Amino acid sequence: MTTPTTLTRLGDTLREPSIYLPTLARIADVRPMTRLESLFTVELPAGLSLNHQPGQFVMVSVLGVGEAPISISSSPSRSNGTFELCIRKAGDLTGVLHTLGSGATIGVRGPFGNGFPIRKFYGKDLLFAPGGLGLAPLRSLINQVLDERRNFGRVILLYGARHPSELLFTDELREWGNRGDVELHVTVDRGDETWTGNVGVITTLFSKIQVHARNTVAVTVGPPVMYRFVLVELLGKGILEGNIYLSLERRMKCGVGKCGHCQMQHVYTCQEGPVFSYAQIRHLEEALS
Amino acid sequence: MALLIMPKAALPDWIDRLCADHRVIGPRPLLDQTVFGEIHTAAELDLGYRTSILPPKKAIFPQQEEILRFHTNGGQVVEPVMDGQPTVVLGVHTCDMHAIALLDAVFTEGHADQHYLARRANTTLVSIECLTPCMEHAFCKSMGTLTVPEDFDLHLTDLGDDYAVDVGSEKGAALVEGFGGVREATDDDYRRLDRAISEKWPRFPYRLEFDVTELPSLLTVSFNSVYWEELGDRCLACAMCTNVCPTCYCFNVVDEVDFTLSAGKRFRVWDSCQLDEFARVAGGHNFREKRAARQRHRFMRKGKYQLAAYNRMGCVGCGRCAAACLVHITPVDTFNELYRRHGAAVDRPKEVRR
Repeated sequence: MTTPTTLTRLGDTLREPSIYLPTLARIADVRPMTRLESLFTVELPAGLSLNHQPGQFVMVSVLGVGEAPISISSSPSRSNGTFELCIRKAGDLTGVLHTLGSGATIGVRGPFGNGFPIRKFYGKDLLFAPGGLGLAPLRSLINQVLDERRNFGRVILLYGARHPSELLFTDELREWGNRGDVELHVTVDRGDETWTGNVGVITTLFSKIQVHARNTVAVTVGPPVMYRFVLVELLGKGILEGNIYLSLERRMKCGVGKCGHCQMQHVYTCQEGPVFSYAQIRHLEEALS
Repeated sequence: MALLIMPKAALPDWIDRLCADHRVIGPRPLLDQTVFGEIHTAAELDLGYRTSILPPKKAIFPQQEEILRFHTNGGQVVEPVMDGQPTVVLGVHTCDMHAIALLDAVFTEGHADQHYLARRANTTLVSIECLTPCMEHAFCKSMGTLTVPEDFDLHLTDLGDDYAVDVGSEKGAALVEGFGGVREATDDDYRRLDRAISEKWPRFPYRLEFDVTELPSLLTVSFNSVYWEELGDRCLACAMCTNVCPTCYCFNVVDEVDFTLSAGKRFRVWDSCQLDEFARVAGGHNFREKRAARQRHRFMRKGKYQLAAYNRMGCVGCGRCAAACLVHITPVDTFNELYRRHGAAVDRPKEVRR
């Protein structure tokens, strides 16, 4: 993907006059996905581009309410002056965001964080294992990978949600499954009367796949408790610690390495993460607990 | 730079002069304690104060600081707010000077924080040498903060009837430029200053039972110590320790809307890693749920993490947290107890200075 050179990277506007000054952007579309999650399409002012990497996040503001970190759901390969955020109604800010519709103004700062090191994944088989809302940040990477599909080996996606009604991006899941070059397995913790697919937690999917462990990069995004069990599966398959990537969620108030909330020991998640390899954090107590 | 002498009798004139074109903040008595507050005459000032409830940090990193202003009249507008009011802070103890040096690094390195830097650039610090220990909990000598750090503006030393005034920067020089109440120091003044400094050292005790160079290593080997559980059992999670700390800078960001509901402000306010919700995410998971983990995090920052990140110790030995703690958790007791339990495992520097 190439960015037109006339566009200013949003991050460049950070330099002056305040690192805390959000850029005002417009909500171009809101698409409800589940009872709690909606996909927001955000349009930046003319001439600005987010120019992000998959795995990065933005600080989203509603002036008068507050600001929170939200991971970017759209891939850079598909951004066209807009980007997408899949937002769960979970806290003060996201509660208000869910009352906003198309045309509303929000504030955006970023992109922040390191993102997934996608070039390191070239030539590798990719095993994606998102749980629940973990698909939101991972979708950015998945679509980027699919848009440059020939740079990668196998693409395996194991996705777990609690209930069929909580599955995100169901249209895209269907599309990915129909491509023929994505091995897709979806499971739910408990089904309903219409669900005919797998039932069980995400770890039950690992027995369905074989991998060439030494040539596989695994990327898993989900809550801490899921990491504990998914890591056992990934390591059990022989995938190398340095080839397992996770994205960590933390409370953040600044995004620029100052406010202290996201600190895990000496590591600021917003600066050195949110993406880490398991090799980086396996000895970092506070990272996965 | 130069050494000047200011007779104490000249202080009122100097304060009047400073007040003419600066906001002047200094130590002033309040109910048997001392607070840093705005000063308008020398009579309000107590340069011989022991310690202050809150450190002078608040002059450049206030408890509550407006960072943005916004309104929604005719489309949303948001703009940053900078406080660049010319300010002089008088009577900063050397421990607090070291703390400000750390804050300078924190807010300059990586993403520079324009709000802090605007205030800092317009603030001149007048520090003062401590000649006697201020209180039982202070352990500045152990932490290496009993002298002023290399970057200072003006530094005072009490010589009885006079202050010796070390000029350390152009900003500092500007405060005394053209002021008739100061004179160049003579050889005799240098001798008086030298004596005051050398006589003060024996008055201050070393309170750590080991050399501070061993502290980062001690904390490394103590990470899984059961002692943190013991501290956690005592800790009330009241956050007094971090509220009074001169090196704490963690903050929350909150919005306030005015009564028209169409305009408001975004504030940065001091926060504390000791509070329950500090590391809790919207989904409910708390990454430092136990008070033991939060106390450990605090002491790790003070004695290890900040040193690694900014090459400056995160604790300056001021003792305020110890005095403020309702259950008597103190850095001296904590570090010494960890040393008794785990000191044998410390990876020692080849030559321990003591």
